[in-house]
Amino acid sequence: MGAAIVVTSGKGGVGKTTTSANLGTALALMGKKVCMVDTDIGLRNLDVVMGLENRIIYDLVDVVEGRCRLNQALVKDKRFDELYILPAAQTKDKNDVSPEQIRKLVEDLKPDFDYVIIDCPAGIEQGFQNAVAGADEAIVVTTPENAAVRDADRIIGLLEKKGISSPKLIINRIRPNMLKNGDMLEIDDICQVLAIDLLGIVPDDENVIKGANHGEPTVINPASKAAIAYRNIARRILGETVPLMQLEEKSGMFGRFKKFLGMG
Amino acid sequence: MNGKSAVTIKGVKDGLVFLLDDQCDFVSLLDELQAKLDKHEQQLAGPIVHVTVKLGSRQLSEDEKERIRSAIRRQGNFLVQSIESDAEADQAAGRKNALHTIACIVRSGQTLEFDGDLLLLGDVNPGGIVRCTGDIYILGALRGVAHAGYPNRPDAIIAASRMTPTQLRIADVISRPPEEWTSSEPWMEFAYLRDGVMALDKLTHLHHHRKEVLHFKGV
Repeated sequence: MGAAIVVTSGKGGVGKTTTSANLGTALALMGKKVCMVDTDIGLRNLDVVMGLENRIIYDLVDVVEGRCRLNQALVKDKRFDELYILPAAQTKDKNDVSPEQIRKLVEDLKPDFDYVIIDCPAGIEQGFQNAVAGADEAIVVTTPENAAVRDADRIIGLLEKKGISSPKLIINRIRPNMLKNGDMLEIDDICQVLAIDLLGIVPDDENVIKGANHGEPTVINPASKAAIAYRNIARRILGETVPLMQLEEKSGMFGRFKKFLGMG
Repeated sequence: MNGKSAVTIKGVKDGLVFLLDDQCDFVSLLDELQAKLDKHEQQLAGPIVHVTVKLGSRQLSEDEKERIRSAIRRQGNFLVQSIESDAEADQAAGRKNALHTIACIVRSGQTLEFDGDLLLLGDVNPGGIVRCTGDIYILGALRGVAHAGYPNRPDAIIAASRMTPTQLRIADVISRPPEEWTSSEPWMEFAYLRDGVMALDKLTHLHHHRKEVLHFKGV
């Protein structure tokens, strides 16, 4: 029986879909069987980021409404044998499915996979309610901006109400030089306000955008900093103890990565 | 009746006070009240007189209060201002002094509301609101909005380990940092109203403002 993890943030554009895609891929890279579920009905992106858009035949709404079996709708990744995505429908909207239906769908997926990663839409309305319905755990993504931290705080409150009491935090798109100059919210300050466990920090990296445009999750190419950050996070999800990435010293970080390879 | 009247009428500066016995049963009390009003009908005629009814420790339903009101109202020029019961006053006072202890983080979009004082073990984040009829004590960081003395107790205070609120409100006074005051002090502080204006002081100075908070500390 696998674990269902919802990736959520409240605010849009902080990197939920990117995080979902990269974490899913990283977990697959480590030999886990993973299914990513896109619940952003009407604005699906996960398939695009994964480069699987042209392989979609059925979608989540088709499954829910009984037009196909769950297995028929799963799209197998082109790089990994044990990585699948369940795409969202693009023609419907969030109100066309209910939290109960998503819960059932996730329950059906869990026995077949080690991890079910649920990509949540922005906002706190129906789409959010749907996405969290089947989740056992949650990852809250934020960026070092006040607006994103406020929304993350709101989301943590709502998750607690839904019974997901200890969500984990990912701080995305950190710019080390801005951090150094004090122009960006400190990681410690964000953690102090949100008061939940920090799962990882991800530096802002052009490779992420480049990869997303090519349908290639960054995490596959270990040359980028963001890729290492996502791999570290995946390791922590698997229960390993991995120290936080040092953002400034390039050599130090690289040295540690070599050490990881040695360990792995 | 054991000779002593169940209804005593007293004149005060701004009208009359009806002291009603709280031992006899309600029906005989009402009869006695009627009788007394009828007896003094002539003397009591004249301009509008404000009447306060004191029930002692007796507690009455709204229905019963209405019967007292209508009995007195029959006397054209009497206006019942209030019907007061000691028991209810006690209850109200008891509620006002109640201290609620809560351990949680009040996050954005959440509101914590209490009748009485609040001791919060945790933070109030930006976008979160705590509102109390009495004082608010926060063992943690206050980053959101705290409203003490809601809606009309200007003597209420707000104390926090870290005082960095988005807004402070006491009774009907609303103030926001840093235009109106700033706090970057390393010690714990509390906010209070000084001549209707929000002010901050060291928590160690609280006893200058609030004598009743002090308890006997031994010798």
